[in-house]
Amino acid sequence: MSIRNPSLSALAALAVVLGGVSVAMIFFVAPEDADQGLSQKIFYVHVPIALTAYLCFGIGAWKAFRLLLTRGERYDLESYTGIHQGTIFGALTLVTGSIWAKASWGVWWTWSSNQLVLFLVLFLFYCAYFMLRFSVESGPRRERISAVYALFGLALIPVSFFAIRLASDFIHPTVFTREGPQMTDSMFAAFCASWAAITLLAYVMYRTELAGKRTDLNLRELREALVR
Amino acid sequence: MSAYLGDVAALARKDLRLELRARDTLPAMVLFVVATLVVFHFALPGGASDDAAYGLLWVALVFTALLGLGRSWVPEGESGALDGLVLATSDRSAIWLGKVLATLAFLGAAEIVALPAFALFFAPLDGPALAGVALASVGICAVGSLVSAMAAAARGREVLLPLLFLPLAIPLVVGGVGSSVSPEPATYLAFLGLYDAVFAILSWAAFEYVVTE
Repeated sequence: MSIRNPSLSALAALAVVLGGVSVAMIFFVAPEDADQGLSQKIFYVHVPIALTAYLCFGIGAWKAFRLLLTRGERYDLESYTGIHQGTIFGALTLVTGSIWAKASWGVWWTWSSNQLVLFLVLFLFYCAYFMLRFSVESGPRRERISAVYALFGLALIPVSFFAIRLASDFIHPTVFTREGPQMTDSMFAAFCASWAAITLLAYVMYRTELAGKRTDLNLRELREALVR
Repeated sequence: MSAYLGDVAALARKDLRLELRARDTLPAMVLFVVATLVVFHFALPGGASDDAAYGLLWVALVFTALLGLGRSWVPEGESGALDGLVLATSDRSAIWLGKVLATLAFLGAAEIVALPAFALFFAPLDGPALAGVALASVGICAVGSLVSAMAAAARGREVLLPLLFLPLAIPLVVGGVGSSVSPEPATYLAFLGLYDAVFAILSWAAFEYVVTE
């Protein structure tokens, strides 16, 4: 699949349109939060970005699992791209979460926000993934070592979440509870629109990066074949 | 099954015998952990509570384990012995299990010195705290042996290992510190047991993919 793919361009355009619609909904449809005021609007960006980061890490681990199971070479790049996108969205989660913490609690960083601490741990973990990947010689062994590490990440997410919860008391505003989302309908609609836009954006970025990486790989193989 | 256990025992014995002859890991770990505790005495301000000291004990244990893990695959790396082991054993995970037992023996020996030293220098350790140390040591060696096998395949192994290992060790530190300072240590001990089970099974299943070419 090349970068100049009409369906990918259409999806990218759709992501932009959906992003515009969701921004409009966040500011004009969803009511202002009685407690936090305007600063609560970052919730509609922060939480979808965090969910998208989880999704990307999940895709990375799933492709890694497929690689170990089938030894299909193509899953290596797919797993790597998924984790790369996840790390980008994870960093954005940290940034938006930090801004939200400053706006509502007056500090740029707080250890009492469990989700934020979890993302910091995951960010460190997945940064080490890139260090590992770039210091092993490329080949089947690197593919498998990267895949095993990516799978460890999937196990680390719930274990770390549990650990951080054990380590501190829980004061992060809980928006989703067992009784379902604690939001009005228009707030929930704006949230879903923003979530869809960001997920679509992540998908388009994933496909674009994957296409670029595959082109690079093919080019390198061609060059090696020519030299030989 | 008995062939598998035989492989594991032979591999662990090989590491212990190498250590007995060369003595290049355990003395370093023991000296390191005692030196770290002395450094911590000067790092803690005068009126610091015992809880702070328990936290530092876990920093000392994790870093001591890292010291041992950093050397754990060095004998296999020299002269390409790992390739031979991969071909020779009935099941590759036996190599991992043997290494876990050997590193656990080294870490346990270092703790036999470190824990009384900690009790002497800082604060007494009760039963749950010791159980926490035992459970966390299993987790440290299980995950650490796999991660250090990954790092051994890479350039700059010594730099890479802590980066790979520390994020994975954070839940162990939470469980360990909780079992030392919490009035209800059972939750933390159960959590450590859960971590050990999840990551030991994962490492056991994944090891084969890390060492085969």
